[in-house]
Amino acid sequence: MDLNFTEQELAFREEVRRFLDEKLPAEIADKVIAGRELTKSDMERWHAILNARGWLASTWPVDFGGPGWGPVERHIFEEEACRAGAPRVLPFGLHMLAHVLMKFGTKEQQDHYLPRILEGTDWWCQGYSEPGAGSDLASLRTTAVRGGDAYLVNGQKTWTTLGQHANRIFCLVRTKKDGKPQEGISFLLVDLDSPGIEMRPIRLIEGGHEVNEVFFTDVRVPAENLVGDENQGWTIAKYLLTHERTNIAGIGFSVQAFEQVKALARTVKRGGKRLIDDPLYAARLARVEAELEALKITNLRMLSNAQKNGQPGLESSMLKIKGTVIRQALNDLARRALGPAAGPFPAEALAGNLEIAPPEHARAAARYFNNRKISIFGGSNEIQRNILSKSMLEL
Amino acid sequence: MDFETSDDRRMLADTLARFLAEACPPEKRATLAYAAPFHDHEAWSGLAGLGVLMAFIPEAEGGLGGRGFDVMTVFEQIGRALSPEPVLPALMAARLLLAARGDVDGLMSGEVRLAVAIGEPDAPWDLSDIATRAERNADRWTLTGRKSVVYGGNDADRLLVAARTGEGLSLFDVSPENAGVIGYGMIDGGGAAEVILDATPATLLIENAEDALNDALDHGRLALCAEALGAMDHVQALTLDYLKTRQQFGRPIGKNQALQHRMVDLMTEIEQARSITILAASRMAEGDRARSVAMAKHLVGRVATLVAEEAIQMHGGIAMTWEHPVSHYAKRLVMIDHQLGDTDFHLSRLMEDLRA
Ligand SMILES: Cc1cc2nc3c(=O)[nH]c(=O)nc-3n(C[C@H](O)[C@H](O)[C@H](O)COP(=O)(O)OP(=O)(O)OC[C@H]3O[C@@H](n4cnc5c(N)ncnc54)[C@H](O)[C@@H]3O)c2cc1C
Repeated sequence: MDLNFTEQELAFREEVRRFLDEKLPAEIADKVIAGRELTKSDMERWHAILNARGWLASTWPVDFGGPGWGPVERHIFEEEACRAGAPRVLPFGLHMLAHVLMKFGTKEQQDHYLPRILEGTDWWCQGYSEPGAGSDLASLRTTAVRGGDAYLVNGQKTWTTLGQHANRIFCLVRTKKDGKPQEGISFLLVDLDSPGIEMRPIRLIEGGHEVNEVFFTDVRVPAENLVGDENQGWTIAKYLLTHERTNIAGIGFSVQAFEQVKALARTVKRGGKRLIDDPLYAARLARVEAELEALKITNLRMLSNAQKNGQPGLESSMLKIKGTVIRQALNDLARRALGPAAGPFPAEALAGNLEIAPPEHARAAARYFNNRKISIFGGSNEIQRNILSKSMLEL
Repeated sequence: MDFETSDDRRMLADTLARFLAEACPPEKRATLAYAAPFHDHEAWSGLAGLGVLMAFIPEAEGGLGGRGFDVMTVFEQIGRALSPEPVLPALMAARLLLAARGDVDGLMSGEVRLAVAIGEPDAPWDLSDIATRAERNADRWTLTGRKSVVYGGNDADRLLVAARTGEGLSLFDVSPENAGVIGYGMIDGGGAAEVILDATPATLLIENAEDALNDALDHGRLALCAEALGAMDHVQALTLDYLKTRQQFGRPIGKNQALQHRMVDLMTEIEQARSITILAASRMAEGDRARSVAMAKHLVGRVATLVAEEAIQMHGGIAMTWEHPVSHYAKRLVMIDHQLGDTDFHLSRLMEDLRA
């Protein structure tokens, strides 16, 4: 057992730092640190910078053009990228669909779509959830009926993250109505420009627009856009869920958030003292710090094990629960630290040069409310506990 | 002991509930609470017309109440309806004007909207660190300093401002036209302002104002606890209903014991919050007012945040949307803990009390 990073790993960290120093545009980092909305071109720009360095497809195997990183490299990269204020790499094309295509796609599909994902020609969004099918995804009702060389798709998807920027959506659709619901689902690639598709924005709790509803009315989708076999969609969805690649514990975000809150608590004044001198606040922060240090190790231990055994286990569920709880606790501490100054909305629109909260914290409350989502999406924390208890108790 | 609400207060609560349900339905609130002046002048006059502001003034002064339970009655309804009207500043101003033996007629009729400016950037909740200075030149006073997040300050006719003289804390009356008032909306709806005072002319209302300020702050805290209770009751009802109706895996999500236990825990926590608020309401004219209010605001601060977070979580994605009422109730419930001292601030007050 040796918890020190190796020489090589340390050198890699240096390399990542230098790269971020040189290449991450300051105006983008400022937005990320302050929690302001990124534009489509901000995100595309960062993807292109990473791609030029060969680090965009961080989860892809070398055969497909990935950098061949293991869990430790990924951890180091994520931690440094978050610390520097790099935007999150959008997972839908790179970390989700790409892996589905590598495992279940035809050679033609791989050759066509993978380069487009890397180059940013396609922006993919994820069309799983429906109004009636959230946790119970298998109850989805959007139908795809095969006729000749095409499917006709009807139904509604919802919660489609950043769909407003996307040109394509990968969907789970119902292709068979009898039998077990899981057995009648297929995985379909849909061009969002197809006639019969309408996208409507959903405004979130803090006022932002990051999710959408997508309506399908007699949308014609070429049969060659089916991935895997017909009715194999559930297997594909489960494959994605259990092969965790997207740093589900969100360590990088939490490390960055922790540093930010600590700095804030050292500047904010309460009762003539710094907030950090208030033992009640300091105790809140110290408690999360210990949890976060533990989670860093839990994360690396579990991911290394999973990689060694080649067998994904239950680690994703544990990491998801702890990771989201810690991140939410840090968002909670940031808004608490501001006291009344957390309230003005939207903070950056305030008149003149009058500062109520430090600019990088002006959206602390908005971020806290927005991040209530992280324990709901991607399989809610309750569903993760169900997965864990089912496997642990075997009752 | 008698835990029954008096007929008068019950009537006031019912009238207020009916009025607010019509004046401030969720769809309407979702826009009006977020656009200047961040409340509704018609609803404000309507509230005053119902005698809501008179409920803060004792009968001897021409009002209809003035007791802790009157405050609680009004604010539970404000919270249930999530009303963005600046009733809290009116209550605090009423306490200050009563202490100053000032005229409260304009306040009671709703014609004069008052805001109370106490907190500052480095002294959000604590009177001892107020830095705004008052200076006297012959018999004219001027104030210099900055008051931060003054609720209702964006749309007030008069500002009651706490400032430090050579002697101690005093209370002044300031006309907003003479100050730099920068209004804005809040993330949970409603409006506030930064108030910049730069040798701003002011009228002295109370020379030794510390007791009066603490009285006003404690009444404000009680009001916030009651507001949270009203909002929590409503959120609890919405969540309970959702657990029974939302179907996943072929059955209502409330069939899952994981959610059942959390739902009943919320109920118990809310009842505890209700009890401590009732206790505080009963102590408003007693020597242990401050301690009771600190307990209430400490406990309610913790529970309100818990209720907000759990309500969102148990609703799933739908409560993350602007369109769904739970999102707005949750924001208010969390942000109540940022007003007039958070749960830790009041815990510290209790700790001091234990040590004394
Ligand atoms: C901001 C945001 C972005 C999203 N982005 C996407 C996206 O890009 N693409 C996409 O397809 N989806 C997306 N989602 C959808 C997300 O995956 C769903 O919200 C999630 O699956 C939960 O479903 P639901 O919201 O319908 O809640 P429900 O399933 O109705 O759940 C409500 C509550 O019941 C609980 N519950 C349900 N079943 C059980 C059970 N058996 N035992 C115990 N508790 C249970 C849940 O945990 C939750 O607390 C997004 C959601 C949000 C909020």
